Amino acid sequence: MVEGLKRISDYKWELSTDYKAGMRVPGIVFADEELLNLAMRDKALEQVANVAFLPGIVYGSLAMPDLHWGYGFPIGGVAAFSEDGVVSPGGVGFDISCGVRLVKTNLEEGDVRPGLRGLLALMASNVPKGLGKRGSIKTPEQLLRKVFTGGARAVLDMGYGRQEDLECTEWGGSYPGAGPDRVSPRAYERGKDQLGTLGSGNHFVEVQVVEKVLLPEVAGEFGLHEGQVTVMIHSGSRGVGHQICTDYLQVMDHAVKRMGIEIPDRQLACAPLGSKEASDYMAALACAGNYAIGNRQALMHWVRHSFERHFKSSERQLGMDLLYDISHNIARMETHEVDGKRMELCVHRKGATASFPPGHPDLPPAFKEVGQPVIIPGDMGTHSYVLVGSETAMRESFGSTCHGAGRAMSRSKAKKTISGSELRARLESEGIIVMSEKDSLLAEEAPEAYKDVSRVVDICEGAGLSRKVAMLKPMGVLKG
Amino acid sequence: MRFKTIEHTADIGIEVEADTLGELFEGTAAAMFSLMVDPETVRKTVERELSLEAGDLEELLFIWLNELLFIVDAEGLLFSGFEVKNVGDSRLLATTSGEKINPERHKFLEEIKAATYHEMTVERQDSGWKARVIFDV
Repeated sequence: MVEGLKRISDYKWELSTDYKAGMRVPGIVFADEELLNLAMRDKALEQVANVAFLPGIVYGSLAMPDLHWGYGFPIGGVAAFSEDGVVSPGGVGFDISCGVRLVKTNLEEGDVRPGLRGLLALMASNVPKGLGKRGSIKTPEQLLRKVFTGGARAVLDMGYGRQEDLECTEWGGSYPGAGPDRVSPRAYERGKDQLGTLGSGNHFVEVQVVEKVLLPEVAGEFGLHEGQVTVMIHSGSRGVGHQICTDYLQVMDHAVKRMGIEIPDRQLACAPLGSKEASDYMAALACAGNYAIGNRQALMHWVRHSFERHFKSSERQLGMDLLYDISHNIARMETHEVDGKRMELCVHRKGATASFPPGHPDLPPAFKEVGQPVIIPGDMGTHSYVLVGSETAMRESFGSTCHGAGRAMSRSKAKKTISGSELRARLESEGIIVMSEKDSLLAEEAPEAYKDVSRVVDICEGAGLSRKVAMLKPMGVLKG
Repeated sequence: MRFKTIEHTADIGIEVEADTLGELFEGTAAAMFSLMVDPETVRKTVERELSLEAGDLEELLFIWLNELLFIVDAEGLLFSGFEVKNVGDSRLLATTSGEKINPERHKFLEEIKAATYHEMTVERQDSGWKARVIFDV
C-alpha cells in the first residue's frame, strides 16, 4: 500500500497531505481495492496529489472509480475551487465538453436486429467520422458565433432537431456566459466544417438494447424498458475545443509565471477566478461547450434521419425522443454546501459526470422529481449504463460520479496484443456488429483495454454517488 | 534522430533524441506525424513556412507541434518533411512539406488531439538533445 493512503470506508480512500509536500487538501479516491491497485500501476495517484496543490481547492482532490493516468488532472478527477481559487484548462482537457446523449426509440430488439447491418451502413454514410473528415454543415464565422452562444438551440434553428430536444439537454441546450470574442481565429477556422462530425478515438454511435432494468420506478420515469432499442452518441467539441484548450494553456502558463503561482505540472497552468485570463477562458469554454452540444445535436439528426430512411417512418413515429445529453469534461460555477456553508464553486470534472439529485435547481422540469439521468458509455463489447443522480453525491463528490469504464491498458499494448480482425469476429459472434475505419484503431478500443464498467458503476452505487437504472447492451457500433 | 514511444494508459508519449536542437524539433514533428500516418505515403507537394516565438524551449515545442496539428485540422494537410532553419530559446523558423489528406492513400493510425505540457521536457544531454512529449489522443 502507498504511504499516506488510508481506507475511510468500503469504497473511499484518503490520500493524506503528507503524501506530497505542497498539497493543500487531501486526495479522496472512490474505489475498491482492485480498482485502486489498477490506478496505482500508473501515475494516477500522483496526479490526484498534484491537483491538490492548486490555490483555492476546497475539501479534497477527488477521483472517481474509473480513475486513470491522464495529462494534468487524472481522468476521473473532480476538483472544486472557491471564489478566491482558480480555473485550469488542464482540469477540463482538450476535448472540452466531450459527452454523451441517449436517444430512445419505441422499437424492440426484434424490429432492429434483422436489418441492422443495413441500418449501420446507412448511418455510416450519413455520419462523417474518422480522421480528417469534413462535415456537410458549413459554419462560416457569423453562423459559428451563433453556435458558440446558442449551442443546441442554434443547431435546432438551422433545422436539425425539435424543440423538445432542448428540454432534455444540460442548460436547456446552451451553456450560459459564452463569449465568442474570446475565441481565437484559429478555433473559428477549425470549427467551420466539423459540426455534426463524430471524430475518432473512443467516440462512437451505438445502437443498443436495454438488457436489464435495475431500478424500475426511475426507468419508467426515464421511459426505458427491457428489450427497447436506444442509440447512444459519444462525441465532443472537435477541433474547436482542442484549439481553445491549446490557446488558453499558453495564456494561463504566462499568468502562472507572472503571478508566481507554484504548480507541480505545467499542464495544470491556471489563473485566479475573476482575473481577465480566467474570465476569458470561462467565456471561451462555454463556446466550446456549446459547439459540443450542438455537434451532438447535429449527430442525433443524422441518426434520426438514418432510422427514418431505414424504417420508412418519421422519427417521431419511431419514438426517437432524447433522454438526456451530458458532458463529462467541463468546468462550471455551481452552488455547493461545504461544512454547512453554501459556496459558489468552480467545479472541474475531467472524465466525471454530474450526478444531481431530485430537486436540484439545475435540473430541467422533466427530471426535477426523479433526479438527473447519468449516461455512462461502456466499451463496445460489454455494457453501457443509465444511472440516476443522488443526494449523497452532493455531500461526497460535488454532485459527481464516474464517466465510463476508464482505460486499463495502453493503446500501444492493446494494438500489440489484440488483433482488430479477430476482435471484430469475436464481437460478431456475440451479436455485436462493429463498423470502423481501421482494425488497429478497433483493437485500441477493445473491451480488455478497459476496466470492467459494471464494477465501476457498482462502486459508484456502493459509495452512494449514483444509482443504477438500466444496463444497455450494444448491438451495432459505429467507430471513427 | 531516434525516437521511441512512451507507454501511457490513456494517451501516447514520445521520447526523441537528436544531435542538434534543430534536428530535435524536426524529429519531434516527424515522430508525431508517424503516429498519425505512415510517412512513406505522404508526398511533398506543398510547403508551409512557420515562424514561431515563445518564452522557453518547452513552450516553443508546445507551440510548434500544436501549430502543425492546427494546420492538419484547418487545411487538411499532412506533413512528412521538416526543415528547421533557425532555432533558439525563443524562436523557431522552419519549412514543412507535405500534401492534402487523400483517404485513398493515407491510412490513419491515430488521431492526435494535441501536444500537452504534461511531463514535457527539452534537455541538453552530454551529446545532443532529448525531448519528451505526451499527446492527447
